[in-house]
Amino acid sequence: MKITFPHMGNTYITAKAMLDDLGLDYVIPPSNSRMTLELGTKYAPELACLPLKINIGNYLQAYEQGADTIIITGGCGPCRFGYYCEMHREILKDLGCDMEIITLEWPDKGLPEFLRRIKKLAGSINPLKLAKVIKNVTQVALQVDELERLTFRTRPREMEKGSTDKIYKAFHKKVLEASGSREIKQVIRETAKQLSSIALDEEKKPLKVGIVGEIYTTIDSHTNFEIEALLGNMGIEVHRAVTVSGWIVEHMLKKALNIPRDMRYAEAAKPYLGKMIGGHAQETIGNTVLYARQGFDGVIQIYPLTCMPEIVAESILPAIERDYGIPILTLIIDEMTGEAGYLTRVEAFADLLKRRRERPSIGKDWALSGS
Amino acid sequence: MSKKVGIPRALFYYQYIPLWRTFFEELGAEIVVSDYTSKRILDDGVKSCVDEACLPIKLFHGHVLNLKDRVDYLFIPRFTSVSKNEYICPKFGGLPDMVRHTFKGLPEIIDTEINLRKSAKNALEAALDIGSRFTGSRMAIKRAFHKAQKDYLRFRQMLKEGKLPEDFCGREKQRPLVRQAGNRMLNIAVIGHVYNLYDSYINMELLDKLRNNGVNIITIDMIDEEIINEKCGTLPKRMFWNFGRKAIGSVMHILDRDDIDGVIYLMSFGCGIDSFICDLAERKVRRESNIPFIVLTIDEHSGEAGMNTRIEAFLDMIRWRHKDENNISAYG
Repeated sequence: MKITFPHMGNTYITAKAMLDDLGLDYVIPPSNSRMTLELGTKYAPELACLPLKINIGNYLQAYEQGADTIIITGGCGPCRFGYYCEMHREILKDLGCDMEIITLEWPDKGLPEFLRRIKKLAGSINPLKLAKVIKNVTQVALQVDELERLTFRTRPREMEKGSTDKIYKAFHKKVLEASGSREIKQVIRETAKQLSSIALDEEKKPLKVGIVGEIYTTIDSHTNFEIEALLGNMGIEVHRAVTVSGWIVEHMLKKALNIPRDMRYAEAAKPYLGKMIGGHAQETIGNTVLYARQGFDGVIQIYPLTCMPEIVAESILPAIERDYGIPILTLIIDEMTGEAGYLTRVEAFADLLKRRRERPSIGKDWALSGS
Repeated sequence: MSKKVGIPRALFYYQYIPLWRTFFEELGAEIVVSDYTSKRILDDGVKSCVDEACLPIKLFHGHVLNLKDRVDYLFIPRFTSVSKNEYICPKFGGLPDMVRHTFKGLPEIIDTEINLRKSAKNALEAALDIGSRFTGSRMAIKRAFHKAQKDYLRFRQMLKEGKLPEDFCGREKQRPLVRQAGNRMLNIAVIGHVYNLYDSYINMELLDKLRNNGVNIITIDMIDEEIINEKCGTLPKRMFWNFGRKAIGSVMHILDRDDIDGVIYLMSFGCGIDSFICDLAERKVRRESNIPFIVLTIDEHSGEAGMNTRIEAFLDMIRWRHKDENNISAYG
């Protein structure tokens, strides 16, 4: 059995740590590229959302490298992600790709079925060891996200442009060579040290932009054309509330252990979207409000075309824009999105934010330059 | 003077109107339904709604605009789930918020949550909440609700017998089946959301066109719930959308029958659920049978001529099959 899994930003590091610790044989699909997307677009239904297409591309590329088992997480609606596993199964079946899909979710048939799936994956495993693996893997996820947050801070402030990107790129190479959560944590620690030693312009007060939206497109840097690095290198500090570790801790661990979750975003979203409607719509609305309250300069929403929950969020965002006076840009991504047009929009938005900040210093009778 | 409750003629109007009508009228409210879908309503909807939304949601916005200045209440309940353990499209759950933040100067929106995911009893709870705006008597509300439920069940029964909502919801029309000389009637299953199927403007009178071409229409409303559930029980993962379960169950049932000549899947562009269900249905049909299958996608600017051509070609193809291919031995 050779396991593979779909890519989603830095999730592969967490997955790698888990599979290493469990001592399983696996293939990490080649990182997302044009090729991945083209493969997926060719075989997935036309109107399916983008992550499904990229996942299919990942599987086919991993299949070529000998993978025969896929692990993904699931859910039970109303977002389409919950039925991804079945769509994957059907598409691969029609392609003649003989791959088994194991969905890590709470099945309708309850605990015995769940244990059966775990057993299929990991053989008979000591529950104590399993608990330890879960603890270590969660730590890896948390630390990876911590590292990412550090890059958000250093990028706009670095004295020598490009130093953060250089270190971060090297990190992705090194992490692939490490094995197991212990070594991976070591690599993360070293990288964090390198990042902390970058010379920063501490005087600088960079513009602050919050990233909200559908989880895959906000987290996967290939899909969103590396929006965080893009903004960072324009001298803008970004923040993103939705993270992989957040998902693991809030949605999986706390739910399983029955610990109350962090619901600040739901509270903030209440006047605009009273109920949880699936996907990340409520997070999008709630976090936008929180960013506005914390004095961020702008918010960018990103989601894949036809994403149902985010469409609801998009139509509510203008109300927040009005109430809090915070500019919001919505970027919708599909396989046809061209990089140049995308860049232009992001740059224009960044310019807008800069001008807005200059406005009070010009005084009341401000006018656009040149007029 | 009785209070006017505005009901947009869109989305779940086509599924629940008898229930709503009886309920509100029993409580002494006056019902105002928006006009039949027209170019004007569609254009208004497209203009006011976010571009990325699907056609039915845009249309809903158009109907709200049509209603908003002539009613005291707008009835836009927050539909989270209409059946146990199942969901519907997330956009339904956010619909009252979408509408509220899109238009200014709206009348009060009745946005009670309807969530039957945990228990069907929640329907009565919702009814009590909605009814409290019109009367203080819980008994009266309960009575109205029970009466409404009866009317609703009668409505479901009529749908099952093959009548269309428009046949008995106002716009009475004689819709005789047209039998074409020399041709036998075709049995064609038309799969699609109620609000695409039963809104004859938006689907460009698909059902009438089929009937006029000597087609017997089978919709998912005409297939027994029990058969659907039995078929869906064989799926590897439970289908968690109400429409998805019905559609997939119906398609699987159709594959068992030998009297179905073709399947038309009517989907609206940008529909998240259709994008999956349609693909699953198509794969099943193609894998397990040789029943002709066509997908008709509608959006705000589909041309009617293109639609006609596709329908005609599909029907011709089926008829030619019957006429020519049946006589050819499978072994050459």
